[in-house]
Amino acid sequence: MRHAVVAVLRKDLQLELRAPQAVPAMALFAVTTLVVFHFALQRNSVDGELAAGVLAVTLLFAAMLGIGRLFVAEREEGGLDGFLLAPVDRTALFVAKGLALGCYLVALELVLVPAFVVLLLGPGLNAAGLARLAALLLLVDAGIAVVGTLVSAIAVQTRARDLLVPLLGLPLLIPVVIGLARGAEPLFLQAGAEALPGRWLLMLALYDLIFGLLAYALFDFLVED
Amino acid sequence: MRALPALTAITLTTGFGLAFFYAPMDADQGFMQKIFYVHVPLGIVALCGFILGGIMGIQHLRTGDRRYDLRSYVAIHLSLVLGVGVLVTGSIWAKASWGSWWVWDEPTLVSFLIVFLLYACYQPLRFSIEDPEKQARYASVFAVTAGAFVPLNFIAVRLAEAVIHPRVFATADGGLPPKMRLAFLVCFAGMALLYVTLWRYEMAAKQASWALRSLRRRLGGDDALAPRGRSAAPSLPVP
Repeated sequence: MRHAVVAVLRKDLQLELRAPQAVPAMALFAVTTLVVFHFALQRNSVDGELAAGVLAVTLLFAAMLGIGRLFVAEREEGGLDGFLLAPVDRTALFVAKGLALGCYLVALELVLVPAFVVLLLGPGLNAAGLARLAALLLLVDAGIAVVGTLVSAIAVQTRARDLLVPLLGLPLLIPVVIGLARGAEPLFLQAGAEALPGRWLLMLALYDLIFGLLAYALFDFLVED
Repeated sequence: MRALPALTAITLTTGFGLAFFYAPMDADQGFMQKIFYVHVPLGIVALCGFILGGIMGIQHLRTGDRRYDLRSYVAIHLSLVLGVGVLVTGSIWAKASWGSWWVWDEPTLVSFLIVFLLYACYQPLRFSIEDPEKQARYASVFAVTAGAFVPLNFIAVRLAEAVIHPRVFATADGGLPPKMRLAFLVCFAGMALLYVTLWRYEMAAKQASWALRSLRRRLGGDDALAPRGRSAAPSLPVP
């Protein structure tokens, strides 16, 4: 199974490197959303809970773009059929796609977080705060990757693909938004960053674990054609 | 089939009678607290229905029997209908006791809204997949995922919202006076019976339309069947 995962993941990343599609779109969308927030909130800088919320919403909406594109190439170019013909475990496709989406999200955050700090964040972020934010975002990415892959696999087979991704994905990801908004709030305080609250990390980890197992068990039924 | 609707009507009527004439007035909220006897049973039954839909979804995926998909569909469909009732009664209760139509710091109500919004995608999802077999499979995957999401979401929202309101239900075992508890339990039983009754009616209606379809086919061959067209409702393969 590991060979199949590595092969599919390498194919996805190579495609994205040669003809970048999802990541630049997500990054551009995220930066544009920050500009939209500047005008919509009429604030030159944000801090505390407002900053955490802006970051959470921007990340989530940009992730929706990547989630929507995740299986499109497979579906349109017959990659799914090819994969089903190969004598490998179908779960390998789920793991590889989840990892690919995770990589896209990390790449997105490499653009989003600096842009956010420069454009909107009032208090600034030191190295310790940045490390804590990175730990939090990794847990968030895992959750978005798991649920996003599942939602994408469901939505790509329907006619209303682009409509269903946010409709299914946003409610399912509400616990992740709660964890990110609550967890990041103490990092963006005007008075200086405080420690990460442990229970939000725990909640995110629990969410990742449960949906990871669930998606692992259910994915086989989504690629049965 | 006759006894169940009668029992449902009797239990619900008794429950509401108890709620209005037997259970004492609430000291804080007065008469408005009576909506508790509709709102809370509705909410619990609707949530149980969503989870039941998930369990039926698991059964469908395990056995491949399309009848489980029908059961899952009917469970979620009915829970969605009851869910509208939960949100409306919850909103009225919020207006009466806290002065606004919606309160964000009531975690149970907020969780219910999120769950409701998620399940509202169930029918569009079914509707946008044409192949009936695939539709059933994907709908079951959705039902299982969303069923697992229900308790997880309640935990997350409960953690996020500071609980400042007295929680009527959290104290239902110990804090509720015996008279109120009796009225509540009868109302709850009535609401559960109502769910079962409606479930059996909808199942009977769906199965009757399939039987009709297969009879038509036997009489007139394939030509007698109008093309089924796109539908969100599940279908059994016509024998």
